[in-house]
Amino acid sequence: MSAVASPSRKALERLARERILILDGAMGTQIQGLGLSEDDFVGHGSGHACRHHSDHPQKGNNDLLILTQPEAIEEIHFKYAMAGADIVETNTFSATTIAQADYGMESAVHDLNVEGARVVRRALDRATAIDGKPRFVAGAVGPTNRTASISPDVNNPGFRAVTFEDLRKAYSQQVNGLIEGGADVILIETIFDTLNAKAAIFACVEAFEARGVALPMMISGTITDASGRTLTGQTPTAFWHSVKHSRPFTIGLNCALGAEAMRPHMAEISSVADTFTCAYPNAGLPNAFGQYDEGPEDTAKQVGEFAREGIVNVVGGCCGTTPDHIRAIAAAVAGVTPRLVP
Amino acid sequence: MKPYLRLSGLEPFVLTPDIPFVNIGERTNVTGSARFRKLITARDYTAALAVARDQVENGAQVIDINMDEGLIDSKAAMVEFLNLIASEPEIARVPVMIDSSKWEVIEAGLQCVQGKPIVNSISLKEGEEQFRHHAALCMAYGAAVVVMAFDETGQADTYQRKIDICARAYKILVDEMGFPPEDIIFDPNVFAIATGIEEHDNYGVDFIEATAWIRKNLPHAHISGGVSNLSFSFRGNEPVREAMHAVFLYHAIKVGMDMGIVNAGQLAVYDQIDPELREACEDVVLNRKPKAGGTATERMLEIAERFKGGAREEKVRDLTWREWPIEKRIEHALVNGITEFIEADTEEARLAAERPLHVIEGPLMAGMNVVGDLFGAGKMFLPQVVKSARVMKQAVAVLLPYMEEEKAANGGSDRQSAGKILMATVKGDVHDIGKNIVGVVLACNNYEIIDLGVMVPPQKILEVARAEKVDIIGLSGLITPSLDEMVHLASEMEREGFDLPLLIGGATTSRVHTAVKIAPRYTKGQAIYVTDASRAVGVVGQLLSAEMKPDYVAGIRAEYVDVAEKHERAELAKQRLPLAAARENAFKVDWSDYKVNAPQFLGTRVIEDWDLSEIARYIDWTPFFQTWELKGVYPRILEDEKQGEVARQLFSDAQDMLKKVIAENWFKPRAVVGFWPANAVGDDIKLFTAEDRRDELATLYTLRQQTSKRENRPNVALADFVAPEGTKDYVGGFVVTAGPEENEIAERFKRANDDFGSIMVKALADRYAEAMAEMLHERVRKELWGYGADETFAPNELIGEPYRGIRPAPGYPAQPDHTEKVTLFRLLDAEASTGVTLTESMAMWPGSSVSGIYIGHPDAYYFGVAKVERDQAIDYAQRKGMDLAEVERWLAPILNYTPAG
Repeated sequence: MSAVASPSRKALERLARERILILDGAMGTQIQGLGLSEDDFVGHGSGHACRHHSDHPQKGNNDLLILTQPEAIEEIHFKYAMAGADIVETNTFSATTIAQADYGMESAVHDLNVEGARVVRRALDRATAIDGKPRFVAGAVGPTNRTASISPDVNNPGFRAVTFEDLRKAYSQQVNGLIEGGADVILIETIFDTLNAKAAIFACVEAFEARGVALPMMISGTITDASGRTLTGQTPTAFWHSVKHSRPFTIGLNCALGAEAMRPHMAEISSVADTFTCAYPNAGLPNAFGQYDEGPEDTAKQVGEFAREGIVNVVGGCCGTTPDHIRAIAAAVAGVTPRLVP
Repeated sequence: MKPYLRLSGLEPFVLTPDIPFVNIGERTNVTGSARFRKLITARDYTAALAVARDQVENGAQVIDINMDEGLIDSKAAMVEFLNLIASEPEIARVPVMIDSSKWEVIEAGLQCVQGKPIVNSISLKEGEEQFRHHAALCMAYGAAVVVMAFDETGQADTYQRKIDICARAYKILVDEMGFPPEDIIFDPNVFAIATGIEEHDNYGVDFIEATAWIRKNLPHAHISGGVSNLSFSFRGNEPVREAMHAVFLYHAIKVGMDMGIVNAGQLAVYDQIDPELREACEDVVLNRKPKAGGTATERMLEIAERFKGGAREEKVRDLTWREWPIEKRIEHALVNGITEFIEADTEEARLAAERPLHVIEGPLMAGMNVVGDLFGAGKMFLPQVVKSARVMKQAVAVLLPYMEEEKAANGGSDRQSAGKILMATVKGDVHDIGKNIVGVVLACNNYEIIDLGVMVPPQKILEVARAEKVDIIGLSGLITPSLDEMVHLASEMEREGFDLPLLIGGATTSRVHTAVKIAPRYTKGQAIYVTDASRAVGVVGQLLSAEMKPDYVAGIRAEYVDVAEKHERAELAKQRLPLAAARENAFKVDWSDYKVNAPQFLGTRVIEDWDLSEIARYIDWTPFFQTWELKGVYPRILEDEKQGEVARQLFSDAQDMLKKVIAENWFKPRAVVGFWPANAVGDDIKLFTAEDRRDELATLYTLRQQTSKRENRPNVALADFVAPEGTKDYVGGFVVTAGPEENEIAERFKRANDDFGSIMVKALADRYAEAMAEMLHERVRKELWGYGADETFAPNELIGEPYRGIRPAPGYPAQPDHTEKVTLFRLLDAEASTGVTLTESMAMWPGSSVSGIYIGHPDAYYFGVAKVERDQAIDYAQRKGMDLAEVERWLAPILNYTPAG
């Protein structure tokens, strides 16, 4: 491969050898807290009218707020930065044509990614102006709502609702948008089907080759069942072998069943991966109302144990976590020696 | 973290040093498993998945998946099967090896697996750029790769070539591209050993030494290979094969071979092999001189039978003839075609003889005379005679150095031959099997043969004839333009004052043509038509005998005058219709409700996914036996009272070679196929560039029968079978070739004094080309054009052409004009896509190639145009825009008149 490593990769690797780095927390919980209406989502009344049009209702299309409520989104990013996050994710989890098809917003995908990166950049620059700490924009790439390894039709197991090629094209558009908007890192996250992730990696490789510069990748799977495997059946080590070719900055896990359930899988990955590791669990298990009620101290305590155990280099939070969780996590891992890459 | 090969399915696999050898399951490989091939062809994926599951349950650590099969869409099958595997956790547990000779199939496979697979394979075969491209994609998809030791010039056979290619590939991958070295698996090519061909003897050692070198010099890379190739010459003797595999692996694993495709059922335990057998295996694998003497291969052959065991009755060879006196032993070896002891026997005879020449003139000639007599009496058959010739040649090779020595010392006399015969395939023609056979048979009868090969210009023939003072010239040719070349050569001989006998042979030659066209041009000497090799000896014998020659030649002359007159009378008696009347009586098709589906594509497509073992299933063996002058229909010929035994032996020899052809990829088949919208306009077929039928692409000109027909039978032309304008129809075209490799392999056999092998490989290459044509036609009907999608004939049922549609070839009876090949080749861009070229006589080179057009109408049939009149020649010349004289030259054999000038 002819692309050279970007300056952000070198900077991150240097920092990660010095200390445990902090990733931000959930967007969804923060956005819910804003109590936005359909009009707010599409940018009527308050906010910015969206030049992309769809006949579908947009309430719940959190990514669209990058264009219609950029100030609010920037504020959330800023809070995470000030809470101690070194790396802050873009609000682009669903910003692919495949995921936006549910909202009829495919045409907005490019803008979402470019602006999504820019709005994080603005927030981080404000924070850095205050405390002088360098911070990094992580372009978030979600799994989409389709799976390339499983047939949705039980009677036709050879069928696929989405192909590698479909995914590669969609991810290619997303990744190029994120790079254009100034992302320092590409974070492929919540991977439940490794084949989807491999298409995203392929798209990244192509985009990096085209530009001659390779951004660092962070790869994060999710293990949602008690068997300790991804949705498509891979063990953590098998998952690592499948994505190792991306030579990522970090490999790790996020979301799922909370920190406690994540620990043994994280330990396994830590023992086999010859790169930095990253864990950002949910704030425990959701309650009967789908809300997370694990407090900042509880989450931080468990994540702090990950650190002392020497299995992580980057930590943060996923669903249900808030700037307070991140602040607590940052405090819990402060001064703990980072995991040594084997 | 150690740089181990790390793969995954649902579960990880790490090739750690405590795993000495990874056995890759190959039962899900259509080229390795007949059963799996049948299941995939029949689309029985449930049973196919069960095969994969069994394999994993039985401990396969990686499964090889290969769908390279001519009859199926390999890419679609690869995708379907991998998708299905993904839903079967018990199978998907292990990593897959995506195996195909086609990159597009590999890439489609890479897009289906979430784990980390192995790609099998990439190589430098198509150059560095392609290699880098494929390697970069493997890196982007995340796959380990098998790198074949293959480069632009071919497969690596020697130690040096193997390590050079692997080192070069490694440097590009690791040093220049940053490919993880632990993800590279080199396959330095396992070839068959103990084949009897000396050049093969060191193949085992070359592999093992290359393995050691690679492991030492190319850090972290792995070694794999297809082990069963090694023992191909011992097919049918499983215990020996198993022992050979075990011994080979023992040595190869010791120096670092850590992966391989081995049929687990085909592996003995090294320590449990009988010590005698094991030693013989060590000798062949390591190419050592056996303690017992002789060569390792001989030793292996000697003991192999004893270890065959199993249900089969042990065949005890009768070796009592070895007790006989030397002359009788030599005769026995010659008559029975046994090469095994001939070198030692010849040496023994030489030591006993006063001069080495006496061995030839004594026991060897005596033995060959017996062969000649038996052959003449119909008690021996051609394949046996060719084997006798092989024994003879090997014996002479033993004596030659001593004769040279003697000559250098005292100027001793040369061997006296019974006569010198020059043989050549004429200019523009490439076919030489028949010529080679005649040469071998004549050589057996102590004639000295000067073989000038194929495409020999007339001047060269005459020059050599003069310089070498030959006694007879023999000409051969297969295609119709060669007839003209022979006439031309006869005229040249006349002009230059030759009076040597001129023998004429080959598929299109005939007694009539020789009598009418050739003999009259050469009055100073005599042109004689020779039906086949078995007649050649008699003809030559009489021509070279001072006593017999005058009567014999006088008899031929009288016979030819008679033949020519009869021919002329018969032709005059045949009623020919004027072209207009013939057209009135054309073959009439009711086109009013004719509907044919459109082909899958318009334009051309190159077909490269040929599987040598699959093609073999389509071979029509009857013509193969004809080549060897055994006349009868396969398979009945095998039970024939008179020729059955010979036919069975020949068939078994053919099967033996066929297995090597397949295992060692002797042929590189290629094909191109095309379809175009087409409509008949008069006697022509117009092809269009697109479905709108606005722009003409080309015209195929056809010729019409002009013989007066009885009982309302039509005067047909190929254009009659294609719909006229206004009705949608299509015409296809194709060129297939078994590839030029046959020539080199045949040469190799010749150099090893094995004419039998040399002729055999050419005969098989011809069969391959014909089988490919049959197989491709089937694929055209079932898939590419698709009008016969529900056809269910088995390959052997296709021989009778029971299916719909025809594939007439230019230069053959339905379209005798060879120059139509030019149009066909241009349409198909055949030279670029298949490497087949046309000679000045429109012969296809390499010789084992077939071309033709596809016509799909259900009523279309094969016919012969037979003779045409001047009115049609004029009309045809005008339509085609060719000079009348040129048309007349190409159609000379079918003109029913003598052209002006």
